[in-house]
Amino acid sequence: MRRLLWLLPPVAVLVVFFGYPLALVLHQSFVSDDGVVGLANWHEVLASAEFRRALVRTVLLAVAATAGCLVLGVFLALVIAFAPFPGVRAVSRLVDVVLAFPSFLIALAFTFLYGSAGVVNAALGAGAVDFLYSPWGVLLAEITFYTPFVMRPALAAFTQIPGAQLDVAASLGASPWRVLRQVVLPDALPALASGACLTLLLCMNEFGIVLFVGAKDVITLPMLVYTKAIVTFDYPAACVVAVVNVVFSGALYALHRRVFAKGEGRAAVDAA
Amino acid sequence: MTPAVELRGVSVHFGRTVALHDLSLAVAPGETLALLGPSGSGKSTALKAVAGFLRPTAGRVLLAGRDVTDEPPNRRGLGVVVQSYALFPHMTVADNVAFGLRARRVPRRAVAERVAEVLDLVGMAGFRDRYPRQLSGGQQQRVAIARALAVRPAVLLLDEPLSALDAALREEMVAELLRLRAELPDTAVVHVTHDQSEALALADRIAVMRDARLVEVGPAAELYHRPAESFTAAFLGASNLLPVDVEDAGAVRLGGLRLAASSAGLPSGAAVALGVRPHRVGVRPYTGSGLAARVLAVQWRGTGYRLDLELELGHRLRAETPDVAGLAVGDRVEVSIPDGCPLVRVA
Repeated sequence: MRRLLWLLPPVAVLVVFFGYPLALVLHQSFVSDDGVVGLANWHEVLASAEFRRALVRTVLLAVAATAGCLVLGVFLALVIAFAPFPGVRAVSRLVDVVLAFPSFLIALAFTFLYGSAGVVNAALGAGAVDFLYSPWGVLLAEITFYTPFVMRPALAAFTQIPGAQLDVAASLGASPWRVLRQVVLPDALPALASGACLTLLLCMNEFGIVLFVGAKDVITLPMLVYTKAIVTFDYPAACVVAVVNVVFSGALYALHRRVFAKGEGRAAVDAA
Repeated sequence: MTPAVELRGVSVHFGRTVALHDLSLAVAPGETLALLGPSGSGKSTALKAVAGFLRPTAGRVLLAGRDVTDEPPNRRGLGVVVQSYALFPHMTVADNVAFGLRARRVPRRAVAERVAEVLDLVGMAGFRDRYPRQLSGGQQQRVAIARALAVRPAVLLLDEPLSALDAALREEMVAELLRLRAELPDTAVVHVTHDQSEALALADRIAVMRDARLVEVGPAAELYHRPAESFTAAFLGASNLLPVDVEDAGAVRLGGLRLAASSAGLPSGAAVALGVRPHRVGVRPYTGSGLAARVLAVQWRGTGYRLDLELELGHRLRAETPDVAGLAVGDRVEVSIPDGCPLVRVA
C-alpha cells in the first residue's frame, strides 16, 4: 500500500503534464470545427497532397540524415578507436559537446557560414554557395547535429572489441578492410542499429533546424503541425498530423528499445 | 637447415620502457620452443614481434629465411592462438575456423573440407554450428587451435594458450597438444608460458626469460637437469640455491660437507651456488653428523610434505619428502644433499 502511495506523485505528474494533453490532442483530432465527432478530420488531412508531401519529405530527410550520420559517425568512431592521434580525447569530447547544444544553434552556425550573407559567400562572391535554403541545407545540418548520436555508441562498441580478436584476424591473412567488414562491424551491429534508430526518431521529430534554416518547400510533419496550429489556426488538422507524428515516434522508440535490449542481452551472454 | 623462425637482436621499446632487449633466437621446422618466464619477462612481446603485432625498435624477424620485419601480420602466414581464444563471437565454430581460409580466397569446397578436417583433428566436429558463447573454455581453446591450424601455417604461435583453463582441463589440454604436435611434424611451434611444467611437457627447447632479456636457452631436459644460471634453476624446478665454495673442478664445500659437483663451463671467479631441487633434499632427525637445520614450517600437500628449513649455516632451503616421521616446527634436523647437483652462476 505504501509503495502505491509513493507511485502516486510521479503518476499524477505524468497524467497532468503528458497524458492529459496527449489525450486532448487525440480527442481534438476527431472533433471537427463545428463540434461533430468523427473521422472527417482524418479523411481530410490524410487525403491532402500537403500532408502526403510532408510525410514523404519527413521520411526521406530522416532516412537520408540517419544514413549520413551512420557513415560519418562510424568513420569518426573508427578513427578515434583504432587510429589514435595526439589530441584524440579532445576531439572525442568536442564531438560530445555538440550533444549538449540546442539543434537550432547548428542551423544558426550554418547560416553564418553558408547563408547568402555568410562567411563563405563573402569570401567566394555572392551566390557562390547556395544550398542552405534547400533540403540539402536541412540534411547537412541534421547530419552535423545528430552524428554524435551514432558516433558515441559506435565508439563504445569499437573500444569493447578485444584487440586480440583484431590481431588474430590479421594473422589469419585478413586485410584491414576484411577485418573491419567481418569482425568489427558485425560485432558493433547492435550498437550501430540502436544509434541509428534513435537518430531516425530524432530526425523525424526535428523542428528547430527546419524552422531556422527556413528552406523553401521543406515542410516536414512537425513543421506542418506548427503551420496548421500557429499560422492557419486549423487545430483539428494540426492534431491529426501531431497524432501521426506521435505514432511514428512511438513505433521508432519501441524499435530502438528492442534493438538496444538485444544488444545488451548479447553483451551479457558474451561476458558470461 | 633454414630456421622456421629467427629473431636477430630484436628489441622492443615503449618510450623509455624496454619490453624486449636484444633477443636472438632460432626455431627449426618441426621444433617446439617454449618461451618461459614470469610476467614482464618479455616473452609475449617476443611472440608479438614474430606475429607482426608489434614493430621491433631494433633487430630483424625472419620466417623461413625471409625478412618479414616490415610486413604486416596478414602477410606472414602464421597461426596464432592467444590466451583469451579471441574467437569471433558473431560467427559459428565453422565460420571461425573458415575465416583464415576465406581471407586467403580458398575455393568454397576446399574451405568446407579443410574446416571439417581440422575440427575433426581437435575433436570438435560435432560443434560446427555452435557459437563461441555456447562452448566451454576447453572447447573454445580447441576451436582457436583449429582456426590457427586451418591455414596450414609453417609456424604456430601459442601465447599462454592454457592459462585461462582450470588445472584439470589444463592437464587434459597438455595431452591434447602433445597428440596434435605428433600429427604436425613439420610445424614449428613457439609456445609462450609462465608454467614450467607446461614448458617441460611440450617443448623440445626452452628459452628462459627475465626482465625483457633471454637468460638461457637449451634442450628442456638439459636446462632442467643442468641449468647454468641461478634464475633458471629457481624458475624451472624451484631449486634451492645454496652458496658454496668451489674446492676444485669436481667438488664444492658447503659448511663441513664436501659434495661432488662439476664447475666445468662456469667462468672462474664467478659467484656460484648449488642448485638443489626440493625432492633431492634428505631430512632426518638430528644424529650429530651432516648439516644441522631447524624446521620452520611443515605443509602437508597430499602426496607428501613440504618442509621449510633453516640451515645453521644461515641459509634457508625447502625440502619435499613423502613422510616427515613425526617432525614438527622447531625440531632440529639433519639435512643431506646428494652429489651431482648442478652448480649455477649467481647473477
